[in-house]
Order: sequence, then C-alpha cells, then structure tokens
Amino acid sequence: MAETLFFNALRAATDEEMARDPRVFVLGEDVGHYGGSYKVTKDLYKKYGDLRVLDTPIAENSFTGLAVGAAMTGLRPIIEGMNMGFLLLAFNQIANNAGMLRYTSGGNFTIPLVIRGPGGVGRQLGAEHSQRLEAYFQAVPGLKIVACSTPYNAKGLLKAAIRDENPVLFFEHVLLYNLKEDLPDHEYLCPLDKAEVVHSGKDVTILTYSRMRHHCLQALKTLKKEGYDPEIIDLISLKPIDMETIRESVRKTHRVIIVEECMKTAGVAAEVMALINEQLFDELDAPVMRLSSQDIPTPYNGKLEHLTIVQPPQIVEAVQKIVEMRI
Amino acid sequence: MVLREAPMNDPNTFTERSLPVIDTSSFHITREEGLMLYEDMVLGRLFEDKCAEMYYRGKMFGFVHLYNGQEAVSTGVIRAMRPGEDYVCSTYRDHVHALSAGVPARQVMAELFGKETGCSKGRGGSMHMFSGTHRLLGGYAFVAEGIPVATGAAFQSKYRRETMGDESADQVTACFFGDGASNNGQFFECLNMAALWKLPILYVVENNKWAIGMAHDRATSQPEIYKKASVFGMVGVEVDGMDVLAVRKVAQEAVARARAGEGPTLIEALTYRFRGHSLADPDELRSAPEKDFWLSRDPIKKLAGQLIERNLASEEDLKGIDDKIQELVNESVKFAETSPEPDPSELYRYVFAE
Repeated sequence: MAETLFFNALRAATDEEMARDPRVFVLGEDVGHYGGSYKVTKDLYKKYGDLRVLDTPIAENSFTGLAVGAAMTGLRPIIEGMNMGFLLLAFNQIANNAGMLRYTSGGNFTIPLVIRGPGGVGRQLGAEHSQRLEAYFQAVPGLKIVACSTPYNAKGLLKAAIRDENPVLFFEHVLLYNLKEDLPDHEYLCPLDKAEVVHSGKDVTILTYSRMRHHCLQALKTLKKEGYDPEIIDLISLKPIDMETIRESVRKTHRVIIVEECMKTAGVAAEVMALINEQLFDELDAPVMRLSSQDIPTPYNGKLEHLTIVQPPQIVEAVQKIVEMRI
Repeated sequence: MVLREAPMNDPNTFTERSLPVIDTSSFHITREEGLMLYEDMVLGRLFEDKCAEMYYRGKMFGFVHLYNGQEAVSTGVIRAMRPGEDYVCSTYRDHVHALSAGVPARQVMAELFGKETGCSKGRGGSMHMFSGTHRLLGGYAFVAEGIPVATGAAFQSKYRRETMGDESADQVTACFFGDGASNNGQFFECLNMAALWKLPILYVVENNKWAIGMAHDRATSQPEIYKKASVFGMVGVEVDGMDVLAVRKVAQEAVARARAGEGPTLIEALTYRFRGHSLADPDELRSAPEKDFWLSRDPIKKLAGQLIERNLASEEDLKGIDDKIQELVNESVKFAETSPEPDPSELYRYVFAE
C-alpha cells in the first residue's frame, strides 16, 4: 500500500474486514455520510450502504447497548467513538454489558465488539476532549484494551480486534492520524496481546504506549548522543499486560521507566508497576519510575497543556537519573 | 407563598387510572391455546411462590424480585411469539419471562440456587437469567439498560434481512421493562432509533404503578406511558395487563406489524405486583385498598373464569394443571438442591470467549 496515512490504514483495515465478513458493520456519530470526524470511514457507506455504516443519533449509551445486542445475536459491530471521551456516557453499557455479560450469562453469549476512536491529549481541545479512558476502563473484567501507535500496527491490530470474539477497546490518538508509513501490500494481522520492542537496548527498559512512544523515540535521539542505550517497548496491549516481553527486557536491563499519557493516579503505569513489583522485584536494581500526566483536568491554555503531559526532555532526565542510581 | 404539597401516600386512599376495557369475549381461542396460556401463568405463579418459600428458608440469596400478579403480561406477549426463534429481553424481575420463553423451570431454579446446572451456570443469579438456546437475552439489573440491548437484537434481524439477503430473518424481539424505566433516557433514545429504522420490536412496559417506593404518578409528568410513542410516530397501545386474552391480542397485532416490516410498538400493560418490590422490601407505602383492588383482579382467576364460561375447560381440567405444575415446581427444587455447585477451578471461565 505504499506510503499510507494513519487514518487510511484504519480505513483500509475496516474496509478489508467488512469485505471479508458480511456480519461486520460500523456504527457511531457521523461515520456514514460525513465519513467520520477523522475520515476513518470516509465513503465506506457508498460501498456498503447505510445499514453497514450506520449513522446513529447522538445517544452514546443507547447505541453502545444496541451494538452489544447486535453482537450477542451474531453480528460483529465496530463502534466509532467520535471522541473516546464521549464514551463516558456509555460507561454502563461498556462495563456492565460489553465487559461482564459473557461471564454473567455463564457463557451463553459472546460479544465480538470493537469500540475504537481518538483518545489522548490533542492541541488545546479542552479538558473534555482530552481524556485518556484507558485507565478508567482498566478495572472492568472481560474487556481487552489496546492502544495503536503507528499506521502499521493500527491496521494489523484493528483487523485482529475485529476478528476477536471479545469486546476490545481500541485506542487511537488524536495527534497521530496524519503519521505516514510504508505498509506491506499483503494482508497481515498484529497480535492483540503482544508488546512491541521498538528499540532494543540494555541500560533501562522504557515502557510506553500510544503517542508517548513517539516522545520516547524523540528522547532516544538525545540519549544516544549522550551514550545511553535504552530499550523502548510499546505495550500495545493495556489489558492484559504482556509480562513475558517485559520480563525478558527487565532481566537484561534491571531498570524500568514507564511513560504514559494518562493521569498518574490509578493510571496504566500504576498497574504495571504493581505487576513488576509482584513478579520481577528481584530483577530490579532501582525503584521503577513513572512519568505520567498531571492529575488535573487538561487545561486549554497551550503552555499549561504542555506542562500537563510528559515531554521528551523529562524522559531524558529520567533515564540519566535511573541509570546512575545505585542501590 | 404557599407551596402545594406533593401528594402523600395516604394508607387509606389510592387513585386508579381508568383501565382500558377491551371486550375479549369476541376473541377466538381454542381449548388448546386457552390451556397453554393457563398453564404458563400458573407456572409463573407457583414458581414464584416457591421462590419466596426457598428464600425465607435460606436456600437462595441476594435480591429476589417476584412477578406475582403480572403473569398475564409475560404469557400474553411471549406466548404470542415463536419460541426459540424470537428474542426476549428482561429486567431484574426475570424468572417468569424466562419460563414463558421456554427455559425449563429446573434450570431457572438451579440458577437461583447458584448451581452449575442453572441457565447462567450459577454465575448470574436471580437478576441475570440467560439462555442462548431460548433466545433469552437476559435479565438486566440496572433499570432500562436492557432496552438498548433488545434494540440491538431487533436491529440484527433487520440487518440480516436487508444486507445479508437472509429472507428467514424475520425474528421479532420483545423488550420488557417497568414504569420506572420509562423515565430513563435509554427508553426515549431507543424508541427514537427503533421508529427511525423501523425495527421489529415490541417495547412492553409493565406499569405496575410503583418503582420500588416511587409511585409512578410522582415520577412522571405524563403517566400514560403509551402516549409517549406518538412523538416518535410509533404505535402505542394501552392494555389491561390483568387480562391475558387482551394482552395476547395486542401482542399478536404488534408481532404481525413487526414481522411485516412496519416497525415497533409500545405496549403499556397496566398491571400490579402482588408482593413487594423484592423479598427484602417491607412494602409499607402501598395502601391496603389499592392492593385489594388489584388482588381482586387476579389474572389467573380471570382466565380460569373465561375458560369455564366458554366451555373450553372444566374446574377439574384446571385443577389437573395446577397439580401438574406444582409437581414440576417441586421437582425443580429437588433438581436444584441436588445439582453441583460450580467447580472452583472454573472461577475464571467465561470472562473471555474460549
């Protein structure tokens, strides 16, 4: 597919899966005629019709429940959250029904459902449009949570999510839609439960996801010049956490920094730190560090917003600090 | 300034909206149909009576909401549908909907006992009865949350027919909920979508006048719920929910409309629960005269009278059914008691699809 924009990679994944399986359909606000707020479903309604690219009224909890019911009865819905933050209005349907219903029903029903859309802090979008729901949904049983970060993995992960028999929360990032990458011409899938070693190194393991992967790569340029050799791992799967890949890395580096965009309190890093403490404590030569967003509603003001999320120089400092640390 | 006081619950008075009168004497039913309806209602009643007994004997736990008094709604609607093909979606008061949908009494009772042989494998409990085989989409314990799920099942029927060319996809969904749910946003949102897309669904409001302790008249600006259909351009029907023949008639009409692609119907069945909200409810707010008024309109007695009057059944026939069903319910308890508990090694089973 030559050089492909991130949103077009997602569009291609959706298109391919809809062509492959007539049970797959998209629903959400403005996914049809308007083409999706980030053009992920642009013109798909022309190919598949209004029922398979279903423009819904602005009723998040109800159209999410509708998708749960459709999934229980054999269809494979993809919900687009115009902005993932809006899905707070669907929290009940996502948690009680998408997440728990298979268990509560004793296996009577499966819910093959993808809920995807843009999350994260954009550019001065204000607090409500700058949310990171991945932390809010961590505790819900029965959900898989995935964050894509490149055109390549966006396509392969979305295709895998659509084929999965479980509800998958699929996080894109509002600032990554215009990334470009050469994609293979052949079909491929990416596993939903595997972390990706983005850069191999030996000094420290940096665990990250979504847009912060790119901040870490930014920091890597400086760190390399300074002679540091960090390993960067994109978690991809935020639930369950791929402890195999983390274990392998920590056994080599013995130091861990977690870089996340969600808020510090009860964030993804909090859970990963707990898992590392439980399972890999003996491997550690330093306390696990985390760099998270500030525990505040994301401010509109550009300077304050910049201060709210982690910036590459902070990652550089953290690496310098943890590598020098001796305990 | 004098504020008008909100109506209080006077223990000696109650107000009653005039019930819709449908002369059911002209509705043709066969002896077979009549006895089928009677049997299903008796099953609902005796099953729930047994649940109360078992709950007070410490055999079942948690919140248990019984359906006594409302049997004509479950039987009247579900038995007008195709068993095992059409979909049924319920609430936390779901035992009897499950029974009408064909889930064996022993599986429902075993679920209440928390056993592996229960219809939800002991993982659901009283408020979460499910059966894929019987197309029971479940009991939903948060008020109104089942309405979107049922709407999704109805959407699925339309989708299969129109995009997958499946001519056999004419299944209808019945979505049950109470008067309390009719004030929730999901009710209005789903009525809008169902009418907009002409989905094959029956929204069945069982208006039993009380959302736990909240009298319906105190919770809504327009107590006549069926009228709320009109703003969506949907058919709304009011029916005496204590008369199974009347409920069956409106359900049959609604099912025919849905199958014909003419869209949804909102059915408001005026009914009453003969017991408290749940077995944990002291039931102190409903007045004695109100309860007496409704107890005198027992839907099972009413159908029995209709069957005898029409010479479709004798007292002995009905007694025979009562005895047979009592035996079935007793057997369901034995089955539940002797069934195994879920295996602890399967604590995590069903969190994800295997």
